[in-house]
Amino acid sequence: MDKQTTPPDPGAVPAVELPAVELPAVELIGIDKRFGTVHANRNVSLKIARGSIHGIVGENGAGKSTLMSILYGFYEADAGEIRINGRPTRIRNSKDAIQAGIGMVHQHFMLVDPFTVIENVMLGAESGLLIRSSAAKAHAEIDRLARDYGLTVDPDAIVGDLPVGEQQRVEILKALYRHCEILILDEPTGVLTPQETDQLFQILRALKERGVTVILITHKLREIMAVTDQVTVMRHGEVVAERKTAQTNREELAMLMVGRKVRLAPEHARARPGAPALQVEHLGLIDAFGVKRLDDINFSVREGEILGIAGVSGNGQSELLEVLAGIRRPTSGVVRVLGREVTPSRPLGPAQMRRLGVAHVPEDRHRLGLVTGFPAWESAILGYQRDRKYGFGPVMNNRAAQRDCARMMQAFDVRPPQPALGSSKLSGGNQQKLILAREMARAPKVLLVGQPTRGVDIGAIEFIHSQIAAMRDEGSAVLLVSVELDEILALADRVVVMFQGRIVGETTRELADERKLGLWMANAQADPAVDAPDRPEPLVGAPVMSLGEALLKARAKADPSKRGPRP
Amino acid sequence: MSAPAGPLPRWIEIGVMPVVNLLLALIVTGLIVLAIGENPFAAIGAMASGAFGDLYGIGYTFYYATDFIFTGLAVIVAFHAGLFNIGGEGQAYIGGLGVGIVALTFDHSMATWPIIGLAILAAAAFGAGWAFIPAYLQAKRGSHIVITTIMFNLLAATLMNYLLVHVFRVMGSMENTSRDFADTAGIPLVNDLLGKIGIDMPQTPLNLSFAWALICCVGVWAYLWRSRGGYELRATGLAPRAAQYAGIRPDRIVIEAMLISGALAGFVGLNEILGYHRQLLLDFVAGAGFTGIAVALMGRNHPVGVVLASILFGALYQGGGELAFEMPRVTRDMIVVMQGLVILFSGALAYMNRPLIERLWHLHQGSRTRAGAFAAPVAPVAAPAPPLLPTQEVPSPVTTIPSIEPLAEVPPPEPEPAPAPIVRSPEPPAAAAQPSPPSPAASSPRPLPEPIELVEAELVEPLEPIPDGVNPQKAAKPPRKARGRRKSPKEGA
Repeated sequence: MDKQTTPPDPGAVPAVELPAVELPAVELIGIDKRFGTVHANRNVSLKIARGSIHGIVGENGAGKSTLMSILYGFYEADAGEIRINGRPTRIRNSKDAIQAGIGMVHQHFMLVDPFTVIENVMLGAESGLLIRSSAAKAHAEIDRLARDYGLTVDPDAIVGDLPVGEQQRVEILKALYRHCEILILDEPTGVLTPQETDQLFQILRALKERGVTVILITHKLREIMAVTDQVTVMRHGEVVAERKTAQTNREELAMLMVGRKVRLAPEHARARPGAPALQVEHLGLIDAFGVKRLDDINFSVREGEILGIAGVSGNGQSELLEVLAGIRRPTSGVVRVLGREVTPSRPLGPAQMRRLGVAHVPEDRHRLGLVTGFPAWESAILGYQRDRKYGFGPVMNNRAAQRDCARMMQAFDVRPPQPALGSSKLSGGNQQKLILAREMARAPKVLLVGQPTRGVDIGAIEFIHSQIAAMRDEGSAVLLVSVELDEILALADRVVVMFQGRIVGETTRELADERKLGLWMANAQADPAVDAPDRPEPLVGAPVMSLGEALLKARAKADPSKRGPRP
Repeated sequence: MSAPAGPLPRWIEIGVMPVVNLLLALIVTGLIVLAIGENPFAAIGAMASGAFGDLYGIGYTFYYATDFIFTGLAVIVAFHAGLFNIGGEGQAYIGGLGVGIVALTFDHSMATWPIIGLAILAAAAFGAGWAFIPAYLQAKRGSHIVITTIMFNLLAATLMNYLLVHVFRVMGSMENTSRDFADTAGIPLVNDLLGKIGIDMPQTPLNLSFAWALICCVGVWAYLWRSRGGYELRATGLAPRAAQYAGIRPDRIVIEAMLISGALAGFVGLNEILGYHRQLLLDFVAGAGFTGIAVALMGRNHPVGVVLASILFGALYQGGGELAFEMPRVTRDMIVVMQGLVILFSGALAYMNRPLIERLWHLHQGSRTRAGAFAAPVAPVAAPAPPLLPTQEVPSPVTTIPSIEPLAEVPPPEPEPAPAPIVRSPEPPAAAAQPSPPSPAASSPRPLPEPIELVEAELVEPLEPIPDGVNPQKAAKPPRKARGRRKSPKEGA
């Protein structure tokens, strides 16, 4: 450690010029961390000014989460020093971190679903033996915090019933309740609609005004530009750049993150749609609990066209994909796909769908798309394990499968290109590329794609988008489900929006914009007014209620178990 | 060893860890032996020489191991499909019934080999049939297979009691056994075969079922890792939703896996009924079904591991009996304790020493890579490639954060650091994922020959012919048949 402290010599320069108050809230000096052979953080030094919003960007695997985990005490650094408000602090576990005034909101919330908001906020910070007295105290405190920071949430609500955006507020409340002065948010917007994201940013600004230091980990550059004061770019475990947000732009940050120039919004050729390949008529799905998941869905996708399905996650998109892929059986309606008719009484299974020429890139690549316990080559034939080229009769030709996998990896630039590597050892982007390679390898006539770039880094997003566009140009009918509006707007030729299992709006790319889609996603218009899904250009009426209200309503109505990134 | 991705090379995972665990078990055993006032080294020596010291011991060791291989294989096939088949005991029992029926029906009308062939089919069919009902209930009705298979063990025991008392018992006999099979119905004993080529081996129950067990191992391996069915089975076990996505029907896989599992367990009947006892009797499985769970755990769910673990457990049974015989103060219960310790250390606590071994390995690795840098000064020249090179971004631990989704579902009070699992256990053998419930069940081992009842057993029935030149002490051991007649302790459990 002694070796590490000498070179940066951090405190000296500002100490002369500035008064002691200006000591950075967090200072990391020469942080180094290895996991086995992987060097996750290399000599990272970082200063975060008090009362600022500091963004840390980097691709998946750049080491930003590791760095924050070190700051929050999940790991101890192999070398380096952490200073909180100028004081060297040893953080060995999250208790130390909380004591030092650090709070963290994780990407996946750490909440007890059946507990109320108060109970969750108190958890681990109860005062005294009896719950009732601490609850009273917590209640008062939550009220105060809600007033101060605009963190409105019903303290007596059951957390499991709350929409994702409010659960996130509970997480922030939890941190503030423990008197945190430094708040770390790890990819906080992954599960939010654009409007909810804006609300979150308002809260962050309020926190900043009250002197809380906010550290925002993200890979979304738009958010960095929208809310941060300072931004640190990490790549391969190192800090590659520090910028004042006002003095940089998305293109520069993207280039710094990836290490080369990235086209953020590549122009794709115009669609030349052909005959309808996939037609859905009055499709309905009622699940085992009697809940309507899909309600009178109608649309069609033509060859050589991408139909984007937008919507807050949990509004039936996952079910729609599963029905179309043959994983679930619809309860009403007809699906006409490549000349075959699928009805509730004559369903087709996933294997038959594949044979027909329907490929499916599932939303949840970890649970559906590949078998994480398999080596990559075994995952690379998932769904095609009965193909003639992979064996003879019951015998599997492992060699052929491995060769095919190597070919796929090469074609789709999967790194490292080792078929024997465990599927789980590939990064998210590379897993996704492998799945795309597998599903596209047979030139499917219909391609169902769900959340193709969730958790995927920028460089890979560019590649994946261009591959999907290429499939369309080759004449495939592509159905793209995404909660990222940017993605829908970048790729889709036509867009429909789903809300509570229904299609509430349809438009073309030219006529779509974020605000319009956002309003539909929250179903902000009077319910029956837009209930004409087949109309090419739906009315954009004035919102009957405020956006926030509408969003809350949308969330509350969406099935709680189907919310968030888990399908 | 090929990829730097795994923190521990495979040979340590498979070769070193079990040995370390076994040594620990032996050390603790030694302490216990010391505590009761015997010399632990002498005790271990006695066990080892009892199990492997001569052909007699080896014969018994491998005879026991045969049962364990069958039941161990049964457990791993089910396990790779994500099922926990506790019912090996019952399936083996009913498999034996099938063997017995074949032998009793055809022993006067057919030659040896056709009978063996039919018996193999019958053992498989009966074992699989007994496994089918729980499998069906799991696949179609969602009844938990652990519970149903446990119940089916009890049902099997009751059914066999009934059949032996009311159907197979010889008129006028007080014993609950069928009549002895005619000489044609029997799997050749290894000592007879060796005798034909001039190798003198004392009579042991070891028979050609052992060879069949090895064939089954190869078959199971080929099925699991070289067939489409095995691929689908493993996919279902590892990721049921992904399997469904791939067009694999989970209910079909459940039934398929359990049928194979039951058939394998049923083969215990070959070894016991047609190989050794040559009559149908009660309790011949004697806990082998449960020991199979420990064997599968210790064998890391791989057929080769199962063979090795089976031989170890066979040696424990045989050597333990020998030890109890030679050291009066080491009682039968002590042997059970020993077996329990082995199961505990190699099954339940299999990963206890992992962090230590990992650290040692990394220390060793570290020193070697430093040495390597000196040896190959060329490397630094190639190294300063631009950081954009693909290799750089490869398997960083952080990249896999999204894969650790369970966090979201089961929020632990102290959040688990996300990338940690990669470092700790990159791809734990499926056994690790299992909360290893078997050890309690598995630690109820088959009863060993009790020296105390020796005299009685000797009086009740004539000993099997003992070839000349056998150590008289050993020859005086209770014949194995006595074992089956007694109520096994696990019956009450």
